[in-house]
Amino acid sequence: MSTAGKVVLVTGVSRDLGRRCARALAATPGVDRVIGVDVVPPPGDIGDVSFVRADIRNPVIAKVIAKEDVDTVVHMSVIATPGSAGGRHTMKELNVIGTMQLLAAAQQAPGLRHLVVKSTSTVYGASNRDPAMFTEEMEPRRAPRSGYAKDAAEVEGYVRGFSRRRPEVRVTVLRCANVIGPQVQSPITSYFRLPVVPTVFGFDPRLQFLHQDDLLGVLQHAALDGPSGVFNVAGDGVLMLSQAIRRLQRPSVTLPGFAVGSLGSVLRQARLADFSPEQLSFLTYGRGIDTTRMRTELGFEPRWTTAEAFEDFSRSLTPTGGYATRMIDTASRLVDPVTIEHTEAGQGARRG
Amino acid sequence: MGDAEIIPIGTRGRPGRGSGNARPSSAARNLAGGGTPPKRPAEPESSSTPPRTAAPPTRAAPPKQAGAPAPTPTTVAPTTTRERAPLAGITVGEWLGAFQFAAKELFGEQWEPQLARFLAFLRRRVTGDYPIDEYGFDAEMTERFLMTALRPIAEKWFRIEVNGADNIPAEGGALVVSNHSGTLPMDALMTLVTVHDHTGRHLRPLGADLVFRMPMVSSLARKSGATLACGEDAERMLAGGELVGVWPEGFKGIGKPYAERYKLQRFGRGGFVSAALRTGVPIIPLSVVGAEEIFPLVGNVPSLARLLGVPYIPITPFFPLFGPLGLVPLPSKWLLEFGEPIRTDEFDEGAADDPMLVFNVTDQVRETIQQTLYALLMQRDSVFKGSRSEPELPQ
Repeated sequence: MSTAGKVVLVTGVSRDLGRRCARALAATPGVDRVIGVDVVPPPGDIGDVSFVRADIRNPVIAKVIAKEDVDTVVHMSVIATPGSAGGRHTMKELNVIGTMQLLAAAQQAPGLRHLVVKSTSTVYGASNRDPAMFTEEMEPRRAPRSGYAKDAAEVEGYVRGFSRRRPEVRVTVLRCANVIGPQVQSPITSYFRLPVVPTVFGFDPRLQFLHQDDLLGVLQHAALDGPSGVFNVAGDGVLMLSQAIRRLQRPSVTLPGFAVGSLGSVLRQARLADFSPEQLSFLTYGRGIDTTRMRTELGFEPRWTTAEAFEDFSRSLTPTGGYATRMIDTASRLVDPVTIEHTEAGQGARRG
Repeated sequence: MGDAEIIPIGTRGRPGRGSGNARPSSAARNLAGGGTPPKRPAEPESSSTPPRTAAPPTRAAPPKQAGAPAPTPTTVAPTTTRERAPLAGITVGEWLGAFQFAAKELFGEQWEPQLARFLAFLRRRVTGDYPIDEYGFDAEMTERFLMTALRPIAEKWFRIEVNGADNIPAEGGALVVSNHSGTLPMDALMTLVTVHDHTGRHLRPLGADLVFRMPMVSSLARKSGATLACGEDAERMLAGGELVGVWPEGFKGIGKPYAERYKLQRFGRGGFVSAALRTGVPIIPLSVVGAEEIFPLVGNVPSLARLLGVPYIPITPFFPLFGPLGLVPLPSKWLLEFGEPIRTDEFDEGAADDPMLVFNVTDQVRETIQQTLYALLMQRDSVFKGSRSEPELPQ
């Protein structure tokens, strides 16, 4: 395998993260060419990426892989919400059938050396019987029955099948925590963008985030020299939902679980927020993933911690609450001058 | 009409029958003055009217207004309907003085830095700028609120007496294994506060999955340091050097009838022993006496419990009968004894996968706790009597 002249195929470039990833890969030294594939052209600038309009759900993709002599495939088109795709049926078609076709095409391609799949930590589910931190070997406590989580689990199943049939191809599966960032449009960001954030009564889930730059970083890292295996990818540390909302300085409203669920579907139908049904259990029980292997085996170190990534995201939002903070700040300013004097006097006394 | 006698209503604050006479009746004088003529004390008082109006500064502002009508008592109607705004006429200086006084009362002499610290704390909480660990443990909230709320219950209500607290290692992972009783997991909460007050370490409890399914309880449990009682979490915490608490009897222990008090139930499947063996941490047996009597469980409603998805619906002599009042635990006298640590780092590598060894260690822990329970019961003279013998000062 010649290191100079990697040809990378990226699926799902019509979406923002896919496009950014393709561009970042194109700018990486050691990558010769990047081919972006999607059913609709990307809305923004794709730089040096050559776009091929192809549907991964039909065998055309095999021809693209063969003709362009692709050696690395970065599969990013597993989507979390129907959104623009138009309905759960289409979403499932895209996710599952698309992956099957892509893998079938990849199996026929003799030149393929490396497959990178962007999966999600949603495959672990979220329930009250979850361990605090999921490691890569752990199974979800309840098998997902519907939606994105089921799609992601099936995609991973097909990827495992592929790696059995083509053992010489390195297969890197990245189970990423919720990607967050100023430009990210996802169920979790649209949830936090609501002016009043609904929470589930009596539960305070733990959340982990991955900054969008780190997602690009890890995909780049994995596409260049990622080892075989499954890796959890998330920023350091966790945030409680209550803590996150307070940091956003947004008011929250506490509702019983079923009400949050139905509010979510109302919001989705009104196209106000991209609220997915699996999100309800996530917002009830939360989830934590262990990232030891990401450091030791994958050799990737995220630059943003969970809290920093969230802070970067919150900077793009205008706070709709935060009156209490302002009141406390005013009170502190009234007290502070005296205090500073006191503490300085105290320190002076201690020094002297 | 013009020469009609005007009879004012009321007594203008003087003792009397309200007849309008300047002189009260003798009966009224007797009542008010205790036999002495009212004229005598009244005279110096009326002569010193100005000092009387000047005196009130010792009290706060309202007397100023009350004092105003005093010089001309006869011309003003005895009762006034004029609105007295309670806050009018209080100057800024007086407000600040009152505030300073209140702050001094609340925070002591060093109130300014104290108040600033309190405001900083408040700000941290409101802006969410506090650290939590990966299990969701919020040390600040646990210390400031949970421990503060539980400490009086532990010290004054149950008068907990502790033996062998020095068996808890000052650092490094260790597994505290305790008996479980009392219908509601009060013993776990009391153990949390006791361990924290005696060692300064936080005991991290392992809770059943039911705990994490119940609203409120779930978020409180995570914030106070609990995590799910499963092998993965136990090993992770112990490997991380935490002091972990486990109640292996689970619902079998906590929900057993009063007649079976102090009889240890089965110790789960010994999962806690394999976790300790894998991580090589010592097991510290803890025996709790007193928790059995707080809610004597005399009955159960299995069908309702199944309907609600909980292990049992308790019936105690007081619970459904007196409503919420029945939830007040009986003030039994508690004894806690931490036993000698059982070392697990001397076994071989694969010890955790040897079921016979795991069963043996489980039995050893169980037997130790059971024997200590019997010894403590012998030592106790009464269920309720007994004060805290000597105040063991937390360091």
